[in-house]
Amino acid sequence: MNMIVCVKQVPDPEAPPASFKIDPATNKVVPPPGVPPVISPFDEQAVEAALRIKDAKGGKISILSLGIGLLRDVVKKPLSMGADELILLEDPAFIEGDSWSTAYALAMAIKKIGQFDIIFCGRQASDTDAGQVGSAIAEILGIPQVTVARKVEVLDGKARVEKVTADGYEVVEVNLPALITVSNELGEPRYATIKGIMSAKRKEPIVWKPADIGVEPGKIGATGRRSKMLKLFQPVREGKVEIITGENEEDAAANLARKLVEVKLL
Amino acid sequence: MADNKGIMIIAEALNSSLASISKELLGAARKLAADLGDEVSALVIGSGIAGVAAEAITFGADKVFIVDDPLLKDYRTDAWVATAEKVAKQVNPRIILAGQTTIGRDLASRLAFRLNTAVTMDCIDLTVDATSKQLMLTKPVYGGNARAIFTSDLYPQMATVRAKAMSPIAPDSARKGEVVTVAAGLDAAAIRTNVLQKVIAEVEGIKLEDASVVVSGGRGIGGPEGFKQLEELAKILKGAMGASRPPCDSGWVPETIQVGLTGKIVSPDVYIAVAISGSSQHIAGCGGSKNIIAINRDPEANIFKEARFGVVGDWKKIVPAFTAKVKELLGR
Ligand SMILES: Cc1cc2nc3c(=O)[nH]c(=O)nc-3n(C[C@H](O)[C@H](O)[C@H](O)COP(=O)(O)OP(=O)(O)OC[C@H]3O[C@@H](n4cnc5c(N)ncnc54)[C@H](O)[C@@H]3O)c2cc1C
Ligand SMILES: Nc1ncnc2c1ncn2[C@@H]1O[C@H](COP(=O)(O)O)[C@@H](O)[C@H]1O
Repeated sequence: MNMIVCVKQVPDPEAPPASFKIDPATNKVVPPPGVPPVISPFDEQAVEAALRIKDAKGGKISILSLGIGLLRDVVKKPLSMGADELILLEDPAFIEGDSWSTAYALAMAIKKIGQFDIIFCGRQASDTDAGQVGSAIAEILGIPQVTVARKVEVLDGKARVEKVTADGYEVVEVNLPALITVSNELGEPRYATIKGIMSAKRKEPIVWKPADIGVEPGKIGATGRRSKMLKLFQPVREGKVEIITGENEEDAAANLARKLVEVKLL
Repeated sequence: MADNKGIMIIAEALNSSLASISKELLGAARKLAADLGDEVSALVIGSGIAGVAAEAITFGADKVFIVDDPLLKDYRTDAWVATAEKVAKQVNPRIILAGQTTIGRDLASRLAFRLNTAVTMDCIDLTVDATSKQLMLTKPVYGGNARAIFTSDLYPQMATVRAKAMSPIAPDSARKGEVVTVAAGLDAAAIRTNVLQKVIAEVEGIKLEDASVVVSGGRGIGGPEGFKQLEELAKILKGAMGASRPPCDSGWVPETIQVGLTGKIVSPDVYIAVAISGSSQHIAGCGGSKNIIAINRDPEANIFKEARFGVVGDWKKIVPAFTAKVKELLGR
């Protein structure tokens, strides 16, 4: 099995909400000091999905990431978990795209990689919360897709995917090659091993520039956008909490019940 | 673009009736139609779903396109995208709206790229710009910490809409509309996925999304036993139980009761958050609740910024005492 996993470096989505700031002049997020970026969590689960298939069937896993200022410690994490190679599309021309121009560059890089049975993405990146890049890559490459997977196995040359639904899941069989997006229901991604960390240290990422993957310059990054972002802002919270107290916790609890009945919430 | 006319919603059927998200989409579409002087249509895809047409008209559609074919029985990306593409090219709508649901998010993202346009996912607000007449689409980003407004020059203009973000119109069974049947004309060999099995997690009692009271527990509950107490409280309040993501990930409760950005969206009258810190991703699923009640031992927890009432302390002491008092006061 040849597998490709698309991973994105993002601001840590679990940083405390109070540390989240936007610069209104640039419509950009101000990274909180001292909180390093991470790989978008669902993308780590996508790496885990690929590793489980590699464990069962063998194969090669290529990691693909587009961005600038990619911290090697961050983007090498999949290598330390057991992936085989890391390819970076690292160039200012690639960035500030929308899902379409990002997917176009990723798809062109995937064509250059050539051989693949499964492409994995996260169900959505934790910054855009869009969940579109996977579908766009599949559309550009003309391959089938299954989104929001909780389990992926390969059986008889097809992938068998448990796809999360609102009230459970369904088992979907898909012809290969295919693109599959992965959700947290898959389970915790594995930790890096010491051996993995050592071998990841020695592996240098392969860096591709626009010319290396034969993209049309007008179709990548900010120039290739189909949608424009007019504004990025933080919603204002107007609520003010009333803390119910009492002589002790039990008493406070009883006072809360009284209060909720009094204001007719219960 | 001059040729693009009308607002089309992609409807979903649930047990042979129109899904609530589709009623919300029709409500949103009627508003946009009033601003644009346009018509509203609904596209219904599936097998044995023709009965939904009348309901779509009742909830605001002027026209319903029905594509009813055995090959469309299960949602399969290849078949549904090809079908929606065919109808979209025939009808040439100015706007296409779908729900941010299992089907909508998969279908709309791929359909947009097929139609050479753009889509904005998981929108909570849609307005029409007075001069350009383009859609201005507001969607939460960064896990709900921020919002972004998007536009595009491309047509059709597309969006998926978050559950409960829009209001349906009052149903009117006297409304008239036209029903148009479109042949799917699908090639079975071009459908590259097959649904082998559907597994439904049975939840007894009131559905989480419909409950007017929700009692939710978080990581601080510490294990499955604590959720039994929350379930009892939910029952007494004639509500449903929910959870933040960690209890679902840990297998303490079924995955299907996760509330949040990637779980269920709820907007009950009362949302009782027990031992939940109030991450932006969790608030994304419950922020629309009319009243949030927080029980947490950390007075600095973010959930208190979202709550109307709160108690600071150990849930193990608070929940039993609260439950007992509620039983007494309500005589249940
Ligand atoms: C892309 C993405 C999507 C996500 N989607 C979702 C989603 O849909 N839904 C979701 O919920 N999360 C989601 N998350 C996870 C989210 O970021 C948080 O990690 C999660 O919501 C935290 O859950 P929690 O509040 O239960 O746990 P914690 O943040 O660990 O909070 C536990 C709380 O319990 C309190 N506590 C502990 N013990 C007690 C006690 N004895 N008595 C009283 N209080 C106590 C603590 O003070 C603390 O406030 C997502 C994350 C990412 C990155
Ligand atoms: N810059 C990027 N580099 C690599 N993969 C990406 C990038 N942007 C998005 N992806 C992949 O596409 C998925 C969905 O992204 P999005 O459509 O932005 O929510 C992510 O979870 C990643 O797997």
